[in-house]
Amino acid sequence: MRHRPAGPPPLGRRALLRGLAGAATLAAAPGPAGCGTDRRGDPGLVTMGSNRANPAQREAIAESLALWEADSGVRVELNTIDSTSFQESLNNYLQGTPDDVVAWFAGYRMRYLAERGLISDATAVWEERGFHDVFTDQVRDLCSGPDGRPYMVPDSTSPWAVFYRRSVFEEHGYEEPSTKEEFIGLCERMRDDGLVPLAYGVREGWPAMGTFDHLNLRLNGPEFHLGLLNGDHPWDGPEVKAVFGAWKELLPFHQGSPLGRGINEAQTSLVRGEAGMMLCGLFLTHVFSEEERADLDCFAFPEFDPEIGADVVETPIDGFMLSGDPRNPGAAMDLVGHLGTLRAQEIYTAIDPQALPTHQEADLSELSALDAKIMDMIAGARALTQYMDRDTRPDFASVVMIPALQRFLRRPDDIDDLTASIQRQKASIFGR
Amino acid sequence: MVSSTPSPPRTPAAEPGDAPPRRPPRRGERPRTGPRTGRADRITLGLMLGVPALLVIALVWLPAAATVVLSFTRWDGIGGLDTIEWVGTRNYTDAFTIYPPFRPALSNNVVWLVFLFAVPTLLGMFLAVLLDRELRGGRIYQSVFYMPVVLSLALVGFIWQLIYSRDQGLLNTVLGAVAGAEPVDWFGDPDINLYAVLIAAAWRHTGYIMLLYLAGLKAVDPSLREAAAIDGAGPVRTFVSVVFPALRPINLVVLVVTVIDALRAFDIVWVINRGRNGLELISALVTSNVIGEASRVGFGSALAVVMLVISLVFILVYVSTMLRGAHR
Repeated sequence: MRHRPAGPPPLGRRALLRGLAGAATLAAAPGPAGCGTDRRGDPGLVTMGSNRANPAQREAIAESLALWEADSGVRVELNTIDSTSFQESLNNYLQGTPDDVVAWFAGYRMRYLAERGLISDATAVWEERGFHDVFTDQVRDLCSGPDGRPYMVPDSTSPWAVFYRRSVFEEHGYEEPSTKEEFIGLCERMRDDGLVPLAYGVREGWPAMGTFDHLNLRLNGPEFHLGLLNGDHPWDGPEVKAVFGAWKELLPFHQGSPLGRGINEAQTSLVRGEAGMMLCGLFLTHVFSEEERADLDCFAFPEFDPEIGADVVETPIDGFMLSGDPRNPGAAMDLVGHLGTLRAQEIYTAIDPQALPTHQEADLSELSALDAKIMDMIAGARALTQYMDRDTRPDFASVVMIPALQRFLRRPDDIDDLTASIQRQKASIFGR
Repeated sequence: MVSSTPSPPRTPAAEPGDAPPRRPPRRGERPRTGPRTGRADRITLGLMLGVPALLVIALVWLPAAATVVLSFTRWDGIGGLDTIEWVGTRNYTDAFTIYPPFRPALSNNVVWLVFLFAVPTLLGMFLAVLLDRELRGGRIYQSVFYMPVVLSLALVGFIWQLIYSRDQGLLNTVLGAVAGAEPVDWFGDPDINLYAVLIAAAWRHTGYIMLLYLAGLKAVDPSLREAAAIDGAGPVRTFVSVVFPALRPINLVVLVVTVIDALRAFDIVWVINRGRNGLELISALVTSNVIGEASRVGFGSALAVVMLVISLVFILVYVSTMLRGAHR
């Protein structure tokens, strides 16, 4: 195809075709970077796949990696993908030729990968670095596979709470509620003051899980909650119906038509002071500017049943795993270990506003008042949960629960029908 | 391939899109259709058809067959084939009985199809007829209408988000300022979000159909129109009775393109809310079941097979029409 055709000067169309053919040949020649060459055995290189893609997270990761590169003399090739695409392609990615170190979520979603042999046992890292002493037992459990061995090194967490702007509370003389009655009273006052009590945006689906989780944790307690998500309890029982009933009661205080509003838009209405409060993860801080962040405060989701209390915190923990067959195992294990160290965690959490350290010896004196408050909540918690989509089978969470919760928000009245439908699908997916 | 058998040179004016001086069709321009006797010809033809056919079988038909097989299983796509568990027709009964998004998805796909025919196809045809009249600035209009077709999916989602957002969107702001209307939840209200999205889909489809018809209209022999005009037919009558029937091949293409587009409709709803809450489409359900960490490959395959069966109905109708046309 490369030879020049003899004869008269070519026509425009043919020149174009030849150009296209040439371009195709050129495009095909080098191949996608990194796929053609086997880098196995290169001791000076380790690769890492990351879903921490917003600017602060990129900066924090880069800082932490630079530190390790300087210490070890090994170069890290970082491959950052936006977190939604990362989640959607994780299965294929891990089955193909994944990077040596992979960022991911602790809990059910990591355990599932461990069970399938897609990631490597990290026991050696934990022992070498003495991680058993610096993470709580609960964090270790969340980072362990079904065989009880650790498969992940945790670095940070981004807990959930009810956030508000201190200036708005001071202006109206509101106080943090600690019980359901106080909470509803506060919502009513806010409504009378022309505020939207609770900012709400669930177009993406998953933010609705936060409301369900918190109500279930406050009404039925963490043991029932985790059992329910593990498939041990029926979804059409009185406990779950009570959760939807309480939700229905709170719904009028939520921002109207939440199904068309993205969570970012809801966060914006809190920033602007149109909404008084928002139940959200600490990742909410990304929409606040640095100055506004000083105005941000929070309280634990209030108590709904005095027997159950309000001392369970949703603390989704993020960490790093070793892929199934790392190309540079020694360096990869050292890098994963580094990411769990106190130094790395302090560097990372200082830059990424949504991240709080999981290391028990982390220096809390430098934390902002908001972060310190949340760390106190965690320290005093009876139990830590992850978030619905990290505490249950991923297929159940996304395929069954998101449409179900959206249906509830659309038609909050037919709870019986809804819970029966969830139960039927749960039985099919869990097989029990 | 490029340098073999040069085709007769064409003047640039014959390319669609230019303003061509109308001319009678040239004789002898049609390719030879007689029997080929040369051995080399036969081998070349065999290779040129055989290789693509093998590729299509390997890349399309085999995966399709695998999908049908997988639809009778429960499998998460990880690990060897020995981890596949056979469940018979359970995935199908589940889809039809206990999977709430399935029925809305079926009916939404039908609404999508009907709407695509009713609005953008007709509109695209109308625009093509107008643009075929060589208005001044016709190319500019053409580019304007065609632009949405080439925009990337991410951009399309972003543009419509700016328009339809309930709190900050252009549409609600304008409606509120002009008519003092209450904000409408375009994306979140399951009774209207399908239609809001269909407008967005039509915005893309219209340009596509317009271009197809524009190409078709350029190929219609102008003497047909002249004859109709001499016989006293007005522009509408000329189009309906003379030009439209002459466009039969293009009409068939448009029919197929529209049906396929309606069945594959996916990107816009996926960008908006992953095909949930009123925007269920079979393609989105297949995707949301199959992707992710714990993919339900078996169940997703069953949904894909349902989609395949529906497509097959249309494909069979199309093929049989084509064959009948060829025999006539």
